[in-house]
Amino acid sequence: MIVKTIFSGFGGQGVLMMGVSLAHSGMNKGFHVTYLPAYGAEMRGGTANCTVAIADEEIASPVASEPNFLVAMNSPSLFSFQNKVIVEGTIFLNSSITNDRPHRHDVKVFCIPCSDIAQDLGNIRVANIIMMGAFIKVTGIVTSEIYLNSLESIMGSRKKSLAEINRKAFAAGFDYLKNQQG
Amino acid sequence: MNKVLMSGNFIICEAAIRAGCRFYAGYPITPQNEIPEYMAEHMRKAEGGIFIQSESEIVAINMIAGASAAGLRAMTSSSSPGISLKQEGISSMAACELPGVVVNIMRGGPGLGNIRPSQGDYFQATRGGGHGDYRTIVLAPATCQELADLTMAAFDLADKYRNPVMILADGMMGQMMEPVTFKKPKPRIYNKKFMLQGAGSGKSKFIRGLILDPIDMEEHNWKLARKYEVISKKEPRHEEYNINNAKMIIVAYGTAARIAKGAIKRLQNNGMNIGLFRPVTLWPFPEQQLRSLSAKVKNYLVFEMSTGQMLEDIRLALQGYADIRFHGRPGGAVPTPAELANVIARIYERTVK
Repeated sequence: MIVKTIFSGFGGQGVLMMGVSLAHSGMNKGFHVTYLPAYGAEMRGGTANCTVAIADEEIASPVASEPNFLVAMNSPSLFSFQNKVIVEGTIFLNSSITNDRPHRHDVKVFCIPCSDIAQDLGNIRVANIIMMGAFIKVTGIVTSEIYLNSLESIMGSRKKSLAEINRKAFAAGFDYLKNQQG
Repeated sequence: MNKVLMSGNFIICEAAIRAGCRFYAGYPITPQNEIPEYMAEHMRKAEGGIFIQSESEIVAINMIAGASAAGLRAMTSSSSPGISLKQEGISSMAACELPGVVVNIMRGGPGLGNIRPSQGDYFQATRGGGHGDYRTIVLAPATCQELADLTMAAFDLADKYRNPVMILADGMMGQMMEPVTFKKPKPRIYNKKFMLQGAGSGKSKFIRGLILDPIDMEEHNWKLARKYEVISKKEPRHEEYNINNAKMIIVAYGTAARIAKGAIKRLQNNGMNIGLFRPVTLWPFPEQQLRSLSAKVKNYLVFEMSTGQMLEDIRLALQGYADIRFHGRPGGAVPTPAELANVIARIYERTVK
């Protein structure tokens, strides 16, 4: 089994944090993982993306030819990466700030209004964790508990106050799809 | 031992500090800026650790030469254009037989180039780079675990042969994260007689690279050459993957080897038997090890993120023994495994069948 995911969005949306937290929780579950950020002269509002591979065997290449999942936090990300996604792959879309939809019909699409939900929770910065809630719900790569524990260990003691809002945000994303499907 | 998830640049630093590196000097350049960042924070926590952001790359290499002469394990790091600036210092360290570790997180070149991963510094690294008859040991890690292990090994090799050792990685190795376990470093073996720590009431010592008498200098050159010969015999390292039953072998190092391995795995599903030969030491190049494979396998494809530099070493090893082909992506372009698999498949169909 090998699962590759591309996370993409604006700099400042916590796109790289989504990748790090997924890689970290994959490691904690005992999987092989690689995390590869697109680095460069990036800035807040610029583009940011990263690739995470999770496998039960040694991972040859951290570069993804055909990712199974794409998490697009804005429109440009959708256009940049939708054609790379594997046939019958899945695209997660932050539908709060993009009216565009994938032009492909051979992939599953989940639209999560992360930015709106985050605003309702009172902190726009947790939009990425809301997305991760939905992502973990659909993919089931790791359990919620492993994910949240990993997230807290990455945040460390500096941001303990954020742990609670992160848990709330994660649950909101997780439940959003539950309600949609139920 | 605990696995931790760290980026390649941080891993190099942590491994260096654990291996007893207590002096780091460097100047910022992308994509290795996380090395001075980590060293600035963690070197002062290590007992006796010194971190200096120098005013230039040239100063940094000369500072580590000084620290090394005084007996410290010392390291500097940079990326391609910065490494060019350090060459005079590296040559000088080789002449003075000073151990030290130089990290090159390669980016696209020549000139200022760009900041994307590249492998264009192979010639510079393996041929010495600076002036004069000298060699540097060059280690090329391909995984984050290897970054940790080879960084520790670099300090041991530098001490053992009293020679600068280069860790040659690229922007992708520096930026990517993988779980890593830090092994217990070996205790340092380095004779105090090579350290300048003040003569006290004893006889004065000195270390120098300026030897004006040509006969003495010739003798010094032959002495170094004999040392390099020992290194060439004892230190080549490589990794083989899927060599048995292979009809074609890809030769690649570092990041390129990772992508090649991904491509090979894809092609296995299509019934193509392809192996991978990955040099871990670029100098000394595992020449004999590669040549011995040519008894069984006659088709070789060299893949580099350059226009073909390691290719020359492979020709030296295999010319007349096997067919050698080349595919390169210079200037910071990193192909996906699927793209490379297409190239390999075309060549495989033409040559093997």
